[in-house]
Parts: sequence; structure tokens; C-alpha cells
Amino acid sequence: MFDKFKAAAEAAGNTEVQRFGAKAEALIFIEGLLKKEEIKDTPGFYAVWADSPFLKGIDTKELAAKVPGLKFEVTRELAKNAKIGITQMEWGLANMGTLAQDSTAVEQRLASALSWIHVALLSTDKIVADLPALMTRMHPGTSNYIALITGPSKTADIERVLAIGVHGPEQLVIVCVDESGGMN
Amino acid sequence: MKKELAQSIHEALERQNLAGILDRWNYPATRAKAYEGIDFEAIRNRIAEIKGSAAEHLEELAEKFKKSAEARGAKVFRANSPEAVKDYITNLCKEKGVKKIVKSKSMASEEIHLNKHLAKHGIQADETDLGEWIIQLAHQTPSHMVMPALHLTKEEVADLFSKETHQQQSTDIQQLVKVARKELRGKYFDADMGMSGANIAIAETGTLVICTNEGNARLVTTLPKIHVALVGLEKLVANYADAEPIITALPKSATSQLITSYVSFITGPSPNTDGSLKELHIVLMDNKRTAMAKDPQFKEALQCIRCASCLNVCPVYRLVTGHVFGHIYTGGIGTILTAWFNEMETTGDIQGLCIGCGKCKEICPGKIDIPALILELRRRVASKEGLPFIYKTALSVINNRKLFHAMLRAAFIAQKPFVKEGFIRHLPMFLSNLSEYRSLPTIAPVPFRDVFKKIKQPQSKTKASFFAGCAIEFVNPGIGAAIVKVLNKAGIEVVFPENQSCCGIPHWGSGSFDMAAAAAAHNIKPLLADDVEYVVVGCATCATALKKEWPHLLKDQNMDSLVPGAKKVAAKTVMFSELVNKLIEEKKLTPKDGLKLQTLTYHDSCHAKRHVGIDKEPRAALAAAGYELKEMFECDTCCGMGGSYTVKQPEISMQMLKRKLKNIEDTGAEYVSAECPGCLIQLGGGLHKSGSKIKAKHPAELMEDKFK
Repeated sequence: MFDKFKAAAEAAGNTEVQRFGAKAEALIFIEGLLKKEEIKDTPGFYAVWADSPFLKGIDTKELAAKVPGLKFEVTRELAKNAKIGITQMEWGLANMGTLAQDSTAVEQRLASALSWIHVALLSTDKIVADLPALMTRMHPGTSNYIALITGPSKTADIERVLAIGVHGPEQLVIVCVDESGGMN
Repeated sequence: MKKELAQSIHEALERQNLAGILDRWNYPATRAKAYEGIDFEAIRNRIAEIKGSAAEHLEELAEKFKKSAEARGAKVFRANSPEAVKDYITNLCKEKGVKKIVKSKSMASEEIHLNKHLAKHGIQADETDLGEWIIQLAHQTPSHMVMPALHLTKEEVADLFSKETHQQQSTDIQQLVKVARKELRGKYFDADMGMSGANIAIAETGTLVICTNEGNARLVTTLPKIHVALVGLEKLVANYADAEPIITALPKSATSQLITSYVSFITGPSPNTDGSLKELHIVLMDNKRTAMAKDPQFKEALQCIRCASCLNVCPVYRLVTGHVFGHIYTGGIGTILTAWFNEMETTGDIQGLCIGCGKCKEICPGKIDIPALILELRRRVASKEGLPFIYKTALSVINNRKLFHAMLRAAFIAQKPFVKEGFIRHLPMFLSNLSEYRSLPTIAPVPFRDVFKKIKQPQSKTKASFFAGCAIEFVNPGIGAAIVKVLNKAGIEVVFPENQSCCGIPHWGSGSFDMAAAAAAHNIKPLLADDVEYVVVGCATCATALKKEWPHLLKDQNMDSLVPGAKKVAAKTVMFSELVNKLIEEKKLTPKDGLKLQTLTYHDSCHAKRHVGIDKEPRAALAAAGYELKEMFECDTCCGMGGSYTVKQPEISMQMLKRKLKNIEDTGAEYVSAECPGCLIQLGGGLHKSGSKIKAKHPAELMEDKFK
């Protein structure tokens, strides 16, 4: 299921899928990414991390101190000036490489829709086959805003030439974690 | 045709950048790839059922949606007219002090020219979908339903952006997209209201489903504190599960993608960034949709999911774009929707642009018979306004074969000064555009009925009645003679009922269903007079009438007593190649030994392939008769003849022919064949005019000496 998901997700373009056994390894990868992308406490270079089960047991104050510019409070202004937005997704669809989230909390949308790079956390065991499988698990009766995300923001509105990152992220980094404890 | 339409066609044909873009896209192939592993017929049957049933229960679903959405905290306003929509939104803006709106795509808002109305009240509405923003800056309407600015070049976009930003912008597309991102970002944050449409509205849950690739709808529905969704009633489906096949098919049909980058399901308001709850208004707009749902024919058009695949495959659309073909809603389906939403008068001319090739019908995920609905529009326009006198006269004449014959004899004499090698190469003055890319056929000196009398046939118990059709009868009787010769080899005796006349398709295609039914009525008796096993047709257009349309036409015109006869004819009718292929398989026809292999490319006439479903049979029969097939690119794309289309829309017809001729030439084959004398007139004339060595021949002509 994971292999199919990874292949489909990466086929959407400007998308990479990483897989880690443990949460700690995933965190090291994310810290490396923040460093590589030169996240700093300057508008335009922030990273915003919306509330995620992943963060349970992680000392966010310590992490924020370690990476200046990393914010765990997602406001309009911070998200507007963020280079990276990190959110945790609830489900993955293997056949299309799609991510799904209950995005009723506005912070989730701000972080994933305004930044240049969207880092999406996903528990590997939450990958299901396809849209019908997802629709038995997510229902508008209980979620006000369900968001499906596949690949980066794109357009082909000028001469049908593909251009990435028109209103939303240019890049999607999916971080899958096998260790289910701490992801739920 | 009105002068303005002719002029706009002419101008569109001068600018072929949209056609070039569609060519580079190669939509049929990329679409097929997106649908890999998916049963398209099954999914479109589901969509047709879901949307068809929704159309039958529009009122009930609208009320259910209102109830469900309001239970979740949305405000739902049902508006019958465009004015009611405009008033509601304007009043809301005034009440809330809204001065600036950001919009994600809503075709319903374009349908009622909402932006213009808001501007009059001092409210600025900015489009955020890149294509929509571009055409807003250009003060134009969409040329394509999914990619609205496809007709503009990057240079033109750069000019528009330079003007908007007061800064010279480069023509690099990636750069231009970044300019749009920067310009529009500020607008999202400043806006007092976000406005969207919806791709689906789910009655069960009161949910709006919005699909975008750019992510603009996410920002429009997140950043401003008020969200207004303007939704046409046709977007309603009953249940949550009904959304699934639509979400699955829409991106594949629209842009050859598995899924759009973003799909949002919005049910009731979500929190704003300041902790307050968003104000969500949903305007359900009727604007004739209920009337459409009550129309037994046109309710089918409500099954449209707005994927625009019918534009992408349309040979006419690609040449003239949606600025000529359609209005706001473009192409074939756009013509139908425009007729309803904007009153019939706007369709009077544009419905005539459909050549009826049927390509769109094959790929429509809503399973809408678009050409049939356009024909129905044509019928209604014709019965309301009447046909132009000259067409009506011409159509009456072809129903009277004796008169037709006499006129054609006169024409045979009149045409002599222009004839060369059996073709008319040039026509004087006002008719000259008819022979610009194509030599015209000449009228045969001896019609088939007289040729037939001189053919000596062996007597046989197995008899077939031959329906010649006008083109074989008067232009190319040699095809008829070849058909008789081949069938005689299989021990079939051919009878030719002298009383036959036109099949009625030209009348049908002009929307004159009564005259078409009269043609059917005239022919049935003569065709069944002898005790024949088959009714053989060498023309795909006539075959459509005999095999398919006559029973419906007669029923439609309340001539029920003739329907059983028409059905009997339909059951006996075979296309020539269909019969030959059967006779070869039954070993009643045996190809001669040592046949010299020749090369051939085969053009599928629209009527043969998409109306009567004959495409494999002629290929198999011709292969057995010693022809090596070299398939051309787009073998089943219309040649531009379309019966009287070539006379009514000569410029478009000639451009379609030009493309077809190139595809034929590229194969390097010795012959091109088609089982349609109309296509052969078009193709043969085009090849002759361009001085090509390739000959256009009917399968019968190619096979007449090939069997033992």
C-alpha cells in the first residue's frame, strides 16, 4: 500500500515521500529540512507548525528555541510570511497519492495553503486504497471542512503550460511514520 | 447565417493558437491514460443515473439541501432569476460593508454577469483563478470552460500583467504565474468577502464540493470572514456517496489528471482566524434550470459536470474557440446551456456550428447526446422561425426524385465550362470559397438508375434491394455498379426500386423533422416491395437513416402506422462493407489468388463509426481483398463535409479538410477509402485540388475486381 501511495504521490510532481520507522527519525529529517531551507526569524522565512498529534510528547518550546523562526502558533500574519507549513494529515489514498484532513480548524488551512513548502505528516498505517474507502472513514456529517490534497498547487491556464505554485505550495513533502504510537 | 457570425468565424480562423495548444496537449491520449484501469462506461452510467435522477427531483433536493445546510449553520437563499441573485448579494454586501470580494471560479456568476453588477454598486470583485483573472483584466469572456484564457498567448498575458502592475513583465510563463501569485496574495488578505461556486452540492449533508488545482478556492473560503457560494441547481446530488464518481471522472475528463490538487468539502461555517465563526451564504440559482428539467429532451443536459471534454475533441471548437462557438458556456454543451439560460435567440446562429460528428458524445462523462440536443435546438428554431427559403426549396426538391433528376440534368449541362478531369476546379465569384481547398464533383452524365438497367445480372433466389442515395445516384454511379458486381459474385441478385428518393438525413440535419419523416415514408414501401433478404446501402449517412432514425422519426411525427415497416427495413439494412465482410467469413466470397498488395488508409465517416457502429468491417474486407492498411492520425475525425455544412460553413469545413488531407498524405498510402460518398466528394476533391497522387475510392470500387 505504501509503495503504491508513494509512486502515485510523487507522480503528481514536486512531491517527495519520506518514510521513517520512528517519530524521532522523522523529527530529525524535519529539522534538517528546516535548516536546509534556511528557516529563520525573518518574515518570509518562518515555518509554521499547526497543531498535530505528532507533537504530543515533544517539547515545542525547546524545538522553537532550537530553530528560530519555527512557530507553533499559526496566525494569518505568520502563515502569510511562512516558507514552510507543517500539518498532520489523517488519511492517505494509495491509488492517487492523495492526503485527507479534517481542516475545520483554520490553522490547518493557513499552514498548508499559504506556505511555499507544505510538509505533511502521515501515519503509514492510515493509507487506504481509494476515495470510496476514504468516504467510509470521513463524513461531512462530522467534519465541516474536509480537505483533500494531491501534489502542489498548479495551473496550466497560460497556453496550457504547467506552472507550479500559483496560489499555494510549490512543493509537497510527505513524511510517513510507521510507529503508530504518538501519531494518533 | 448572419454577417457578424461569418465575420467572427473568419477572424477566429486567422488566429489558430488555441488549436495549436490543443494539438500539443494531445488530449485523447492523455485522457485515456488518466482513465487507465477504470471502466469509463460504468462510471458514466453511474453519473448519468445520479445526475439524471437529481434533475428529476430538483425541487425536492434543493429543499433538502437548504434544510441540511441550515441545520449546520449556513444561510441558504433560493433565487429564481439572475436579478434575485444580484439583489441578494448586493444587499448583503451593503449590509456588511463589503467593498472588496475575492472570487474563485463560478461560471454561474459569469452567466449572470455578476461582477459588472457589483461594480455598478461600488463593489470590486477580483477573480483569483489565474485564467479567470486574465480574462477579467482583458475584459473578455471565457473561450474554454475549464481553461478560460486559453486563446491568449503568453505575450498577450504579459501585456495585461504589465498594465496591471505598471511594470514591464517578461513573457516567461513561470514568471507570469509568480506575478499573479504576488498580486493576488494581497487581495485575499484585504477582501471582506470570498465568493465561490461549487462543483457538487450534496443535499443529504448540505455540503459544497469544490475542486481546484491552484488552491485559490481554499484561500477564498478561508481568509475573508464571509463566504458566499453561488451554485446552479444542476450541481445538486442526493447523497454523499454520489459525489464520488463525479470527483473521480471530472479531473480525468477535464485535464487528464487523476484528481485535482485540491478537493474541499465544505459543510456549514468553520472558524475564522480571529476565532469568530464564518458567515456562510449559499445562493441556489435556478435561472431556467427547473424549466429545463421539465423538458423531456433537454433535462439530459443537466447531467453535465462541466469538464469541457466535449470542447477538447470538437473539430469545430478547436478552430473557432468558445468566443464564436458558445457564449460564457462554450462549445457543444455551451450552445445548449446558452440557449436555455440566455433565451433561444442567442442560439439561432451558433447551433449551426455543430457538424454533428458525434465525437463529443463518445467521451461525455455525463452521457449526454450533445449532437442530438443541438439538433433538437435546430428543430425548435426551424419550426419557430422556419427554414430560410432557399434551403426549404432545396430540401423539397430532393424529396422529389424526378424533379431533382431533371434539375441535375440541367446542371450537368451548365457545369461544362468549369469541368476538368471530372472535377470542378474553380467556381466564379460568389461561390469561389467552396472550391478554395477542394475541387467540386461534377454531376454524372448518366444517373445510376439508367446505369443499372444495362447491368446484366445472374438470377438468384437471394435478393438484395439497393438503396443508392443521392450521391451514388447522381454524382458517382460507378460505386453503385461496383456494389452490384461484388454482390453478384456472392450469388446475390440486386434489385433497384426506382421509386426511391432521398433518405431524409439532410432534412433531419436542418431541423426539419417533418420533411425527413416524409422522406422515410416515401421509401419504405419500394424497399420492401420485392422479397429481399437485405437492403444494401453504400452510404453511411443513408445507413443512419435506414438502420436507425426512420422508426424514431416516424413515431415522432405521429406516423405510427409506418413504424413496423421502418423497423423491418432497419432489420434488413446492411452497409455494403458489413455485408461483404460477412460474405467473406461465410466463404460466399473468395478473394482471387495472387492479388497484388496495395496500400490504403481508411477514413471513418462520422455516420459509419458513431451512428451505425461500422468501423472494423470495412477494414477486414479491404484487407482480405489485398489492401495493406496504413492508419492515419485521427482516422475517425470528421473531414468537414457534413452534408450541407460545407455549404453553410465553408470556411470551417475547408479548415477541417486541410487537416484531414495532411493526415492522409502523411501515411503515404496509394488510396484513401471511406464508405460515404459525401466524405469521398470532400476527400477526393481536396486531393485533386492539391494535386495529390492519392485517390479517394469507395470500398466497392476498390473491391470490384478482387473476388473469384
